Amino acid sequence: MAAVISAAGLARTFQTKRGPVQAVRGIDLTVHEGEILGFLGPNGAGKTTTLRMLTTLLAPTGGTATVAGCDLRTDPVGVRRACGYVAQSGGVDAQITVREELVTQGRMYRLPKAVAVERAGELADELGLTGLLDRKTAALSGGRRRRLDIAMALTHRPRVLFLDEPTTGLDPGSRAGLWDLVRRLRDEHGTTVFLTTHYLDEADALADRLVVVDQGVVVAQGTPSALKLEHAGSIDASLQDAFLAITGRGPRPADATPIAV
Amino acid sequence: MLVHDTALIYGRYLRQSLRSRFALLFGMLTPLLYLLFFGPLLTGLPLGGKGSSWQTLVPGLLLQLGLFGGLFAGFTIVIEKGQGVVERMRVTPVSRLALLLGRVLRDATVLLFQAVLLVLAALVMGLRAPLWGVLIGFGFVALLTLSLASLSYALGMKADAPQEFAPLVNAVSMPSMLLSGLMLPMSLAPAWLDVLSHFVPFRYLVDAVRDAYVGSYAGAHVLYGVLVAVGFAALSVTVGTRVFRRAGA
Repeated sequence: MAAVISAAGLARTFQTKRGPVQAVRGIDLTVHEGEILGFLGPNGAGKTTTLRMLTTLLAPTGGTATVAGCDLRTDPVGVRRACGYVAQSGGVDAQITVREELVTQGRMYRLPKAVAVERAGELADELGLTGLLDRKTAALSGGRRRRLDIAMALTHRPRVLFLDEPTTGLDPGSRAGLWDLVRRLRDEHGTTVFLTTHYLDEADALADRLVVVDQGVVVAQGTPSALKLEHAGSIDASLQDAFLAITGRGPRPADATPIAV
Repeated sequence: MLVHDTALIYGRYLRQSLRSRFALLFGMLTPLLYLLFFGPLLTGLPLGGKGSSWQTLVPGLLLQLGLFGGLFAGFTIVIEKGQGVVERMRVTPVSRLALLLGRVLRDATVLLFQAVLLVLAALVMGLRAPLWGVLIGFGFVALLTLSLASLSYALGMKADAPQEFAPLVNAVSMPSMLLSGLMLPMSLAPAWLDVLSHFVPFRYLVDAVRDAYVGSYAGAHVLYGVLVAVGFAALSVTVGTRVFRRAGA
């Protein structure tokens, strides 16, 4: 399978008042065309920083990466044309209607106006937002808002879709709907999906392959079954046990002592 | 592409302004209050200007409008950053410069609209000034807004929270207003204050508009005003562009 994302030694150091902070120390990874990649790691491991670099929002301070054949440093516009990105916070204005946000987004991807209007209708159909086109985005429920965020990122039919904790805060029904959507994107459009999550059941159920990062480097990668076998001793083990073994953050003895009430 | 993208961003934000009519008028409340309740106090006082007291006060109020409107423009981008709107736009191929220019041109449009209303109200209060002078005044308001809004958005991109942004802008806006002689001309000031005010760029703008309002277009004041306004705009838009072009914080 062809690699659609490849990163070598990708790093980012932030200069702060207390001295340099190495948020990402050197990420090496390959993502294949048409796969769903789960990008896991504890809080502060560097997941969002990596995502922000791969989507051109943040300049790397070391290493290289290409997305859809475009180099992050020399061809950021090429990367932007090829990928869609949904941030944790989403990214729609509360006071603007769903239709206007979708059309403006299409035009930012340089679609002619008539095409952008048509595409907004298509996306609304595909993501179950048809009856809501003339509502303000503030009026949408959490699950619908998330679907709108994803619709915005799909405007230009990107080859790669980056989702940063897409199901955080959603009810179980909305989460299941989102999983279906992600699978449909892969199966029907061949879209490569790169997603971060803290829900290990989600990673297990949805991702074709997992990459685990900790302290700014890749510490394990493989299919969910391979990680369970290698790090928790059995493919029937839980992904949580494997994850805790990989990141060395299992329950510590101190946590086991009873708390005085 | 730059023109297409700038027009697109301009349209989005102008529609946003038109939706909130209240905010559209609220920005001109302060200068309007000065016009109504402070202006009449000056009509009999010797202000050292050539025309009536209105020809001295109204140019100051117009620039006050541009000063506050421009300086606080960046507040909206701090909010938008929190909503994720800024990053969502920055992952599209849209021109980085257009993200700035579309916004500042919207601000200039809104401030010009408010400036026209303010001058109409001033006419009712008793202002009489040559048409060319009034038009030149609008030109200065637009340039000042472009400049300050660019700086304000640049600051807004750097600030992490409204709590960081607001105190800094407040710390700049009040001294700028007082030291440039927007309310009363600095010709009334003691020498030390007059000298100090020459270090504030807006001083040159208000002197130029006051000259224009009495029909004197070819003097040193208008010349210096144009030079300072254009130079300041070039500097500010350059600073804004650099901040918007650089990826990430």
